[in-house]
Amino acid sequence: MKEKPFHHRGEIFELKAELNSDKKDKKKEAVKKVIASMTVGKDVSSLFPDVINCMQTENLELKKLVYLYLMNYAKTQPDMAILAVNTFVKDCEDPNPLIRALAVRTMGCIRVDKITEYLCEPLRKCLKDEDPYVRKTAAVCVAKLHDINSQLVEDQGFLESLREILSDSNPMVVANAVASLSEIHKTSPNPTGVFDMNSGTVNKLLTALNECTEWGQIFILDAIAEYQPVSDREAQSIVERVTPRLSHANAAVVLSAVKVLMQMMEIIKNDQIIDQLSRKLAPTLVTLLSSEPEIQYVSLRNINLIVQKRPEILRNEIKAFFVKYNDPIYVKLEKLDIMIRLSTSSNIAQVLAELKEYATEVDVDFVRKSVRAIGRCAIKVEQAAEKCVSTLIDLIQTKVNYVVQEAVVVIRDIFRKYPNKYESIISTLCENLDSLDEPDAKASMIWIVGEYAERIDNADELLQSFLDGFHDETTQVQLQLLTAIVKLFLKRPADTQDLVQSVLSLVTQESDNPDLRDRGYIYWRLLSTDPAAAKEVVLAEKPLIAEETDLLEPTLLDELMCHISTLASVYHKPPSSFVEGNSPIRKLPIPRESTTSSDNTDAAENQVQTQQQPAAAAPAQPTVISTPQESAVAMDLLGDLASFDSTPSTTANDMYAPNVQPAGSSVIDLLSGTLDSLQMGGNTAGNQSGGLSSLSDMFSTGTSTFSEPKVVWLSAAQGKGLEISGTFSLRQNVVHMDMTFTNNAMQAMGGFAIQFNKNSFGLVPAAQLEVRSPLPPRQSADSSLQLKPLGAILKMDPLNKLQIAIKNSIDVFYFDVLIPYHVLFVEDGKLESREFLTQWKEIPNNSERSFDINNVPASSDAIENKLKMSNVFTVAKRNVDGQNMHYMSLKFTNNILVLAELKIQSGNPTLKLALKSSIAEVLPGVYQAFELILHS
Amino acid sequence: MIHSLFILNKNCEVFFEKHWKSVVSRSVCDHFLEALNQASSPDDVPTAIGAPRHILINIYRNKLFFIAVVQGEVPPLFVIEFLHRVVDTITDYFSSCTELTIKDNSVVVFEILEEMLDNGYPLATELNVLKELIKPPSIVRNVMNTVTGSTNVGGQLPTGQLSNVPWRKVGVKYTNNEVYFDFVEELDVIIDKTGTTVFAEVNGAIKCQCKLSGMPDLVMTFTNPRMFDDLSFHPCIRYRRWENERVVSFVPPDGNFQLLSYRLGTNSVVAIPVYVKPTISFQGSSGRFEITVGPKQTMGKVVENVAISMTVPKVVSNVVLSNNPEGNFTYDPVSKTMRWEIGKVMHQKISTIRGSMPLQSGASAPDSNPTILVEFKVNQLAISNIKVNRLDIYGEKYKAFKGVKYITKAGKFQVRT
Repeated sequence: MKEKPFHHRGEIFELKAELNSDKKDKKKEAVKKVIASMTVGKDVSSLFPDVINCMQTENLELKKLVYLYLMNYAKTQPDMAILAVNTFVKDCEDPNPLIRALAVRTMGCIRVDKITEYLCEPLRKCLKDEDPYVRKTAAVCVAKLHDINSQLVEDQGFLESLREILSDSNPMVVANAVASLSEIHKTSPNPTGVFDMNSGTVNKLLTALNECTEWGQIFILDAIAEYQPVSDREAQSIVERVTPRLSHANAAVVLSAVKVLMQMMEIIKNDQIIDQLSRKLAPTLVTLLSSEPEIQYVSLRNINLIVQKRPEILRNEIKAFFVKYNDPIYVKLEKLDIMIRLSTSSNIAQVLAELKEYATEVDVDFVRKSVRAIGRCAIKVEQAAEKCVSTLIDLIQTKVNYVVQEAVVVIRDIFRKYPNKYESIISTLCENLDSLDEPDAKASMIWIVGEYAERIDNADELLQSFLDGFHDETTQVQLQLLTAIVKLFLKRPADTQDLVQSVLSLVTQESDNPDLRDRGYIYWRLLSTDPAAAKEVVLAEKPLIAEETDLLEPTLLDELMCHISTLASVYHKPPSSFVEGNSPIRKLPIPRESTTSSDNTDAAENQVQTQQQPAAAAPAQPTVISTPQESAVAMDLLGDLASFDSTPSTTANDMYAPNVQPAGSSVIDLLSGTLDSLQMGGNTAGNQSGGLSSLSDMFSTGTSTFSEPKVVWLSAAQGKGLEISGTFSLRQNVVHMDMTFTNNAMQAMGGFAIQFNKNSFGLVPAAQLEVRSPLPPRQSADSSLQLKPLGAILKMDPLNKLQIAIKNSIDVFYFDVLIPYHVLFVEDGKLESREFLTQWKEIPNNSERSFDINNVPASSDAIENKLKMSNVFTVAKRNVDGQNMHYMSLKFTNNILVLAELKIQSGNPTLKLALKSSIAEVLPGVYQAFELILHS
Repeated sequence: MIHSLFILNKNCEVFFEKHWKSVVSRSVCDHFLEALNQASSPDDVPTAIGAPRHILINIYRNKLFFIAVVQGEVPPLFVIEFLHRVVDTITDYFSSCTELTIKDNSVVVFEILEEMLDNGYPLATELNVLKELIKPPSIVRNVMNTVTGSTNVGGQLPTGQLSNVPWRKVGVKYTNNEVYFDFVEELDVIIDKTGTTVFAEVNGAIKCQCKLSGMPDLVMTFTNPRMFDDLSFHPCIRYRRWENERVVSFVPPDGNFQLLSYRLGTNSVVAIPVYVKPTISFQGSSGRFEITVGPKQTMGKVVENVAISMTVPKVVSNVVLSNNPEGNFTYDPVSKTMRWEIGKVMHQKISTIRGSMPLQSGASAPDSNPTILVEFKVNQLAISNIKVNRLDIYGEKYKAFKGVKYITKAGKFQVRT
C-alpha cells in the first residue's frame, strides 16, 4: 500500500525530467502523459512550472496541450499563471484566427483574479475581430469573465459590446452572444437591463435562428421564450418562424420550440391558429416518445404539464402513452399519469383494458400506481365507474396483498364520489379485512365500515376487532377508528354504547397524541350534551370529491409552463427550489414584467385580489384562536372537525402521505389543557382563548403603529392545505410581518422557510422564519418575522408589491402581498421647521400631488395624534381663515423623504392633502397610507 | 451549462474526467452511485439526480455511465443530446466506445471534448469540423507524423465552422462518386392476449452514406410523401421546400449520417409480418406453454432472423421442452430468460414450441404471465410502403452511383400472454 504514493512520486520525477528535455518530441509526449494523468483525476499540479516552460512553441498540438493543463491548475498556482499572460497577449495578435481564438478562450478559463486585468484589452479587440470564429469565441469569454469578476465586465462596457453583436452578420456569433447574455442575466447580482428583449432584438434572433447550429437554436429559442410579444400579430409571426424547428432532429431544439409556441398560444386570441398549432404540436410531442428512454422521460415530464394546461392537444394520441413492457420504470410511471389525464368517456374502455393489464405486472410500484389509476378513472369518467369497480373487484379476487390494499384505498374514494351506488361490494371488501396491514388501506376500510355501518350487520364486531389492537395502530388509523365508531354509535345507538365508551376512554386517557385526544374530547362532549347536534355534525353530508386529482396548482403550472424544457419542468418545481443562486426567486415572472405588462402577471394580481377580498369581507373567518368570541374555540374546532371528517377532495390525496407525526411539544399540551378545561365548562374556554389572543395583542402594543387585521394571503386550496393570513406592522421601529399559519391538511407540516423576491423597498427577512414545527393538522401557529430594508432593490408595480415564497415539507408556495405603506414610515422622520422649508422649496412643483380625504370627522388634534402614532410628524401648524394647516414630514425605511401639507377645516369632514417628494412615485402610496391611518 | 463529465465503468469506477469550468471533485458521483444502488437495474437510474450544489444528468451506453455535472437551470435535453453526441463522436473516431478505447486514447478524447464545449457551451460538435481540428489516429498517420514531425492537430480554421453549411467541409474528392440511402423501419407493436393489436407504430430513419465530391445539392422525392405523421430533419434539409413541395432538398454532409427520421402513427393501419400465438397456463406445481409463430402480412417477402424471448416468472424453477422445435432454443436459468431463434419464416411455414415450466417447490402460481419479445428482419421491404421516386444531384457535373435499400425490423415488438 505504501508503495503507491512513492511510485507516484517517482512518476512525477520522471515526467519532470522529460518535460525539461531538449527534444521536442519527448517534451510533447511528456505533456501528453501529464494530460493522461489528469483524465484519471491524478494530481499533477506540482509540474506546473515545467509545463509552463513548454508553452512558447510553434507546435500547435503542444500549445493546446499546455493550455489544457493550464486551465485545470491555474487556480492553484496563481503566481505562476501570471507567467503565461505574455504568451496569451501575444497569441491574441497572431495572424492565424485559430490561435487568436484559442488564446482568448484559454485565458478566460484561467480563473485567476490577477489575470483578468490583462484579459480586458485582448478581449475587447477579439470582440471586434474580423474573423467571426474569433468573435464567437470572445462572446463566450465575456460570460467567463463575468463569472470571475462581474463588476469588471460591467465597468468595462463588455455587456454593451455583447448586445451590439446581437446584430452580427454571422448567426453563430449571435447565438453565442445570446448564450453569454442569458448566462450573465441568470447569475448577475443586478440582472435588470442585462438582456432586455424588445421586438427589434427578437427579430434579429429569429433571423439568426434558421442559420445557426442546433445548440445556438436552443439558446435563441430559450431567449425568445422570455419575451412577451406586445400584440397578437407579433405572437403570430413568432409562431410562424419558430414552428419549423419542431421538425429538428435534435430533441432539445424541439422542446425549446414547444416552449415558445406554448407561450405564444397564451397570447394569440385567434382560435383557428391555436387549433392549427395544436395539430402541429401533437405529432411532434409523440415523436419525442420514440427516442431514447432518457429523452422520453424528460419529454413525458413536460407533456405532463402540457396536458394539464391544454388537454386538447394530445386528446387523440392516448395510445402513444401505452406502457411497453421494457420501458424503464420511471418512463412507465410517467406514462401512466398522462394516460389518466387524457382519459375521457370515449377512450376509457381502451385505457381500462390497459390498466388492468398493468395491474398484473411484476413491478410493485407500477402495479400499485396502476390500481390507483383505475380508481382515478372511475372518479373522472362517470360512465366508466361501474366497469372500473368491477375491474377492481376482479383485482381484489387475485388476493395479491398489495393489490388488495391499493384497491381498498381507491374504492373509498369511489364511494365518496358516488355515494349509495356500489355498496353491494362491501361484503367482498370485508372478506379481505385480515389481509390489510398498511395504514392507508386500514384507515380506508374503517372509514367504509363507519360510513355504511347501517348496512353491515357485523360492523360493531369488525370495529371491535380493530379496536383490540388499537395501541399498535398509526394515528391515521386511530383517528379513523374513533370517528367510525362514533358514526356507528349514532346510527345504531342501542347496541354499541359499550364500544363507543371504550374508544372514547381509550383515546382520552391512554393516548399521548393530542390530535386524537382533542377529537375524542370533542366527540365525547358533543355526544353527552346534544346527540342531535352530534348527528348533524358527524353524519353531515360530505362535499363531493373533485374529478381531477393530482393536478398542479394553477399558478405553479403557469410558472412551470414558462420553464418547459428546463430542469424545473422535470422536477415540477420552480427553479428557485433547487437552483443555488444569489437571488433565488428571481426567475418568477419578473423578467417579463420589465418588458411589458404581461397577461400572466395581471392574472396573478387578480388572483391575489380575489384572494384578499372575501377575507376582507368576512374578517371573522375562523382562525381558530384569535377570535375572542365566547366559546368560539369550541365551535370553530367543531366546524373544522366536521370538514376534517368529510375530507374535502383536495386533501384526499394527503391521505396517501405518511401518517401524522405525533407532535409532543409543550405548546400543544398547553392547548389540549385548554380543552380539558373546556370539558368542564364552556365559559372558561372562552376566557382562555381570549387570554391567548390578548397575549398576541400584547405583542402589538408598545411603540408600534397600528396594523390592519390579518387577511388571508395564501388560501388552503392554493397552499395544499396550508393557509397563511397575515399583516404588516411597525414595532420598535422595525417592520414586522405577523402571520398565522393554519394547517388544514391531514398531515403535519414542518420545515417552514420564507424568501422574498427583490422588492421596491429592499425588504428582506431579518431572521429565520420561526413557525412551530411540525405543525399538526387542524392547528394554527402565529409567527412574527422581523424585516430589514437591506436587501436588493427592484422596482415593483405597484411599488408596495412583495412576492413571497413559503416553503414547507409539502411544497413551495408563491403569493404576492401589498405592504401597507405606513409600516415603512420610520421614527426619525421628523424634520426641523427650517429644514422642512428648504426641502419644500427644493422639490420642484411637478413633484407635488394633491388629494382629498373624505369622511374624517375627528378634530385636528386627534388627527395629528393619529398620524404621529404612525410616524407621520407634524412639523408646524398655523391657522389661516379658520383652516388648520398642518405641515408634516415622514421618512421611508429607505430614506425617501415625503413632505405633506394637510388642510383641516373644522366642521368639514373632507381634508385636503398636498404631498411632495423628490421621488414622486411614492406619493399615491403615501396618500393611501393617510387614508388608512385616518380611517382606522 | 455543463461543468464536468465523468465516465464510469460497470464497476462504478470513474476512469475518465473532464472539466470545462473549475474542477469538480469526483466525489459528486457518490450521489449517482446512491441512485444506482436504489435502482433495480442500470437502465432504471433516474435521468436527473440532484446533488447539494450540482445536478447530475446521466446516460447509460455500452455498459458505461456518462455523467454530466451541471449547475443551475439548464435544459436537460440539451445535456442528454450532447452526451449522445459525445458517445457518437468517440465511436466514430475509434470505431467503438468502450472503457478500453477511451483509456487507450485518453489524450485524444480529452482534446476532442475540449473542442466540443467551451465554458460548458457547445463549440464544435459536427464530426466534419472535429476531424479537421483533431485528426483521427491511424497507423499510417502515426508513421507519417514521426517522419515529418507534423501533428494530429489541425493548424487551420476548419472550413465548415462558419460556412452556412457547417456540416460539410469543402474540397471533398472521390474518384468514384456514390451515395447510398438505407430506409430502416422499426415496428413497435403491442399485441394482447387475444391477438388484437393494441398499439402499432412505425419508426423509420433514412441513413445515408455519402461519398460525393464537391458541393452536391440533392433532391429526393417520394411517390407518396403525404403518408408521414411526423418528421425530424437533419439540419441540412431545407424545411421550406419540404413544406411547399414535399421534396427533400439538401447539401449532404460527407460520410455517414442520418438524413431524417419519420413516424407513422398509432392512428394509421400498420401491416404486421408475423404472428405469435402463445398459450401459457399454470396449474398446481407446474406451468405449460405453447408458442406458435407464423407469417402474416409479409407482402411476399421472407421474414428473417425471427426470434422470440421471454422472461419467465421468478417462481419457475426450470424450463423443459417437450417437442423438438426448429432453430435454436436456449434457457438462461440466471436471468430466467428463454430464447428461441427460429430463423426464416416463409409462406405457409408454421413453427411451434411446447414445454413445461415446473415451479419451485411450495411456490404458488405466479400472479402474472410473462410478455414475449419478438425480433425479426425483412429485407427489401418498407412496411410503411414509403418509396423513393427519384434522386437528382445538382451543382456538380459528375454522374454518381445512387442506391436505395429498404429494411424492416422489429422494434419494441411485444406480445402479452
